[in-house]
Amino acid sequence: MFRRSEQDKRPPVQIFVDGVAVAARQGDTVSAALLASGCDARRATAVSGAPRLPYCMMGVCFDCLVTIDGVGNRQGCLVPVAEGMQIEIQKGKREIGR
Amino acid sequence: MSVAPKREDYDVVVIGAGPAGLAAAATSAEAGLSTLLLDENIGPGGQVFRAISSTPVTERSQLGADYWVGAELVQALRASNAEIIHRATVWSLDRNLEIAVSIGGASAFVKAKRVILATGALERPFPIPGWTLPGVMTAGAAQTMLKSSALVPDGRTVIAGQGPLLWLLAAQILRLGGRIDRILDTTERGNYFAALPHAFAFLTSPYFAKGLSMMREVKAKVQVVSGVTELSASGDGQLASVSYVAGGKRETMPADLLLLHQGVVPNVNLAMAAGVEHRWDDLQLCWSPVLDASGNSTVPGIAIAGDGAGIGGANAAVVRGRIAARAAVEALAPAAVAKLAPMATLRSDLAKAERGRVFLDKLFRPAPQFRIPAGDTIVCRCEEVTARDVLDSVAIGATGPNQLKAYRRTGMGPCQGRLCGLTVTELMAQARGKTPQEIGYYRLRAPVKPITLAELAAVPKSEADVKAVVRG
Repeated sequence: MFRRSEQDKRPPVQIFVDGVAVAARQGDTVSAALLASGCDARRATAVSGAPRLPYCMMGVCFDCLVTIDGVGNRQGCLVPVAEGMQIEIQKGKREIGR
Repeated sequence: MSVAPKREDYDVVVIGAGPAGLAAAATSAEAGLSTLLLDENIGPGGQVFRAISSTPVTERSQLGADYWVGAELVQALRASNAEIIHRATVWSLDRNLEIAVSIGGASAFVKAKRVILATGALERPFPIPGWTLPGVMTAGAAQTMLKSSALVPDGRTVIAGQGPLLWLLAAQILRLGGRIDRILDTTERGNYFAALPHAFAFLTSPYFAKGLSMMREVKAKVQVVSGVTELSASGDGQLASVSYVAGGKRETMPADLLLLHQGVVPNVNLAMAAGVEHRWDDLQLCWSPVLDASGNSTVPGIAIAGDGAGIGGANAAVVRGRIAARAAVEALAPAAVAKLAPMATLRSDLAKAERGRVFLDKLFRPAPQFRIPAGDTIVCRCEEVTARDVLDSVAIGATGPNQLKAYRRTGMGPCQGRLCGLTVTELMAQARGKTPQEIGYYRLRAPVKPITLAELAAVPKSEADVKAVVRG
C-alpha cells in the first residue's frame, strides 16, 4: 500500500509484530511502520470483529489501536517505534489487565 | 524522556504545537511569562508542519516553501524560555483553568492563569459506503506518513474529494515518486457560481497562484474526473474497488488505497468539555467557538487560536496565536507588551492571512450527499452505527445526539464523536426538520482522550477527595 522513498536515510529499528521481526526506521510511528511493512496489520473491532487499518494517522480515529509491550488499546499513530518493541495486532475486545 | 511539567503553576499554558500554538507560546515566553506548551505528538509542528524537525524528506522543494516556514516558528520557540513537552495528552481542562495531562502513562496536573487552546482541526468526516474498509484513509493520513516517514502510495491509488489539501497532497506524492491512478473531484458545479462574488479577494491572495500551479502540476500527470456526485468503496475485508458517478455515468475501478478529503473542521472536544460555547457555522458547516477579536472564549481565561477557532489556514493560525498570546500578556503583565508587535499590526496581518477564505469556503462546501449518508453506510465508526440505525432511532423518539447515545451508543466509543459528531448532527437535523444549531452536539466531558483506569486511580487524592466518596 505504501513504500519508502529512497531519500529516507534514517537508521533502522527492529520491532516485533506478533513475534515476527519487522524492519522499521527511527522516527516512524508504530502505525506507519506497520503500514510500510507490508504485513497484515488489520485489527478486528471490539464491536463486530470487522477488519480495520488506521484511518486518520493523527490521533483522532482510534482505528490504529494496538497492544504495545503488553499494554492494550494504544494509539499506534502516536507512539514512536523503539528497538525490540513488541506489537500485537488486536483481534476483538481487550481483556482485563491488558 | 517522559518528563512531567517542572512547575504546578504557569502564567500561560498553550495546548497544541501546531502553527498557532508555536507562535502563541513563543510570544508569551518572549514577554517573560512562565509558559508551558503541551503537545500530543512526537515533535513540534502540528499537522501542517508535521515532523518539521525530523522529516526524512530532505529535498526541500518536494514539501514546498510553505512547509519549511514551520522551521522558523520552531526555532523562535526554542530560543524562548517556554517549556515544551511532547507526547503529552491533555485529557481535562476545567473552568478553574486546571489541566490534567497524561505523560508516559502517568497524569500530572497544572494550573494556569491563562490557557490558549491551539488544538487545531481534523478531517471532516467523509461517510461514504465502505469508508471503514482497510485501505480507505484520509488524505491527511497519507500526508502525515509522507512528511514524517517519507512513505508514498505504492499500489493502485485513488484520491477523492475536494479542497486545497487534496491538490497539495497529490503534488507531494508525485514529487516523491508515489503513485496516483485517478483523482475524483467532488466539488459541486453550482459552487463555482456561489463562490464567484468572492473571487476578487481570492485572486489577490497568495493562495491563488500557488493553488493554480499545483493543480496544473497534478493534472499533467494524473487523470482527474470532475463533477463526481456519488462515491463508494467496496471489498471483502480490504478495499478492492472504488465506484463513482460523474456526469450521470457510473464507473468502477480496482483500487488498493482510497484517500478521502473534503476539508477540515475545528477539533472541538477539549474546548467544549471546558464549557466553551460553540455555535453552528452555516458557511463552514461545523461548530465554531464563540470568541472575541482576541480569541477569548466564553470561559474566562481560556482563549482559542488557530483552526480550532474556525478554519483559517496556517498563516492565519500563526497570527491568531500571536494575538491570543498578546492579549494574555496585556492582562497578566501589561508592562511587557512593549516588547511585542502592536495589536493593530497583528490584526492587519490577520486580515491579510484570511483574505480569500470565504471564496474557498463557498467553492469547497461539501455536497449534502457526502455529509449526510443513507442506508447502511456507517456513521459512527467506533460503535458501528449506520445511517439507518440513526434514522430508526429518530423515528421512535431520539431528539438529538445526546439522546441518541442511549439508543445507539453513537459517539461513545474511543474517538468520542470526533468522526461521527457532525454527521449525526446534520443527519438528525435533516430527519427532524430542524437546524443543526437546534439539534446541538454531544455533551463532551473529561477525559477527552481515553486514559487507563490504573492511571486515573494513581492520581494524587486529597483528604477531601476521599471524604467525598467514602461512606461513614
